[in-house]
Amino acid sequence: MIVTEGLGKRFGELQAVDNLSLRVHAGEVFGFLGPNGAGKTTTVRMLSALIGPTSGKAWVAGCEVGRQDGELRRKVGILTESPGLYDRLSAERNLEFFARLYEVADVAGQVERYLRLLGLWDRRHEPVGGFSKGMRQKLAIARAMLHEPQVVFLDEPTSALDPEAARLVREFVAELKHEGRAIFLCTHNLDEADRLCDRVAVFRTRLLALDTPAALRRQLFGRSVVFHLRAMEASFAERLRALPAVQSVQVVDRKLVVGLEDPESANPQLIRTLVEAGADIQFVGELRRTLEDVYLKLVEMPGGRATT
Amino acid sequence: MHKIGVIIRKEWSEVFKNRLVLGTVGFMPLLLTAMPLVLLRVMGGEGGLGEVGTADMPASFARLCEGLSGAECAQYFFVTEFLLLYMLMPLMIPVTIAAYSIVGEKSTRTLEPLLATPVTTIELLAGKGLAAVLPAIGATWLSFAVFAIGVRLLGVGPGLVAKLGDPMWLLAIFIVGPLLAVASVSFAVMISSRVNEPRAAEQLAGLVVLPLLALFFGQVSGLILLNSRLVLWMAVGLLVLDSGLLAFAVQLFQRESILTRWK
Repeated sequence: MIVTEGLGKRFGELQAVDNLSLRVHAGEVFGFLGPNGAGKTTTVRMLSALIGPTSGKAWVAGCEVGRQDGELRRKVGILTESPGLYDRLSAERNLEFFARLYEVADVAGQVERYLRLLGLWDRRHEPVGGFSKGMRQKLAIARAMLHEPQVVFLDEPTSALDPEAARLVREFVAELKHEGRAIFLCTHNLDEADRLCDRVAVFRTRLLALDTPAALRRQLFGRSVVFHLRAMEASFAERLRALPAVQSVQVVDRKLVVGLEDPESANPQLIRTLVEAGADIQFVGELRRTLEDVYLKLVEMPGGRATT
Repeated sequence: MHKIGVIIRKEWSEVFKNRLVLGTVGFMPLLLTAMPLVLLRVMGGEGGLGEVGTADMPASFARLCEGLSGAECAQYFFVTEFLLLYMLMPLMIPVTIAAYSIVGEKSTRTLEPLLATPVTTIELLAGKGLAAVLPAIGATWLSFAVFAIGVRLLGVGPGLVAKLGDPMWLLAIFIVGPLLAVASVSFAVMISSRVNEPRAAEQLAGLVVLPLLALFFGQVSGLILLNSRLVLWMAVGLLVLDSGLLAFAVQLFQRESILTRWK
């Protein structure tokens, strides 16, 4: 659905996006993560044919960026960083206007469908100027979907939403994925990205890493098992370090954090060793690294790393 | 064409909900139509000026009074002063509408979603431009019609009534007026690319009336005589100016320019 090959954008002296190559498939939620000013918005603008690339090529929904822009815009939906709605017009009138520009066949039907889906039908006649931030965001999402795009670009879709509305939007995004659309999601909410995205790219002017969240966690941090003990003794850590399967051991209060290549195979031996050393094991669990850990490590890493 | 119509309807339904815009669009034609009629009425209609003769008029103007009585010539001189003020309408109304339509869209950040639709740059600019130009032309023409009817009802001389249909007036109202409106919108687009507040845009774009005011004072002081030839030259000059301004406005109104260079 989205293919980029060495895509780049330069504004005068500033290289905003450099040599971006990626593929996003139909039915995939793709997280595009990066700090402010990393070039995420510029990338989305290039892929939605709002601005042209200065190097490389890109295809979105089968249309080449820069050559088939009109057709491309018919096939993509975009939720911009700011909802950008006409405050003096009603919710219904806002959507009708965009539906007509997108040449939607059944304007009234589509407007009603998305207003109902996003819980705004009862407020459809009210001027948008009086809407809360959450309602405005939901209306902007409805606007991005009116023409049933194959590819959807969502920039911070749940920002400014209360937990209930954010959940509704997340469920909505999941539904879009099941309908076979490609979702390109820019977000700073890494927990949300972890839950929603099939793959994520960490980006800062150029691609730092690209893989599934689980694979990135493994690649960057390996796997760790935590042993909660009733009491800690220095000899426990030494006994574990002597085992060949153990990569690292950290002592945190009454916990032992053990880095392992393959916990499923190594754990029985580790437990035996600790019990033989006199440890009282209260609890054993895998230390879950978050996507935030992955993101921060990549962004702070000089030069980053690129994996696909 | 369909999308241009969609944009025009949206612009009108939004912009005319703004009281300031509505006030400008409604008040200016009312004022500029009522003022000359009231003054003509005060002057007393046909024969109200008594013994005024063409010799009392500036010599250059008296030549235009062929076939008119002295009183009619005086009324015609007075009414001709207002012709230039009539031209304020096609200049000021589009500036006000375009300022709120384009800069307003910029300040509420609605331009990016709009530019993401399959609408072409020309359709977008034409829609926004026509939404500003058409009310101005409509208001000018309607005001002129009301003025012409008012002049008849006030019972001024038949010679003066006939003069309102001469080439100078027709050229001014039906050709120069629309050309001024196009120039005004193009100027407003240029201003919009550098300003973030609709009122600031309106005030800056309002500078477009300066040449017209210079012409007005030139005529009042007798330095310039408004006649068919001058109005024709104005039309030709505006045609050339509009072509240049429009080309520049189209250049400025490209998606990439708007998103990356408009500040």
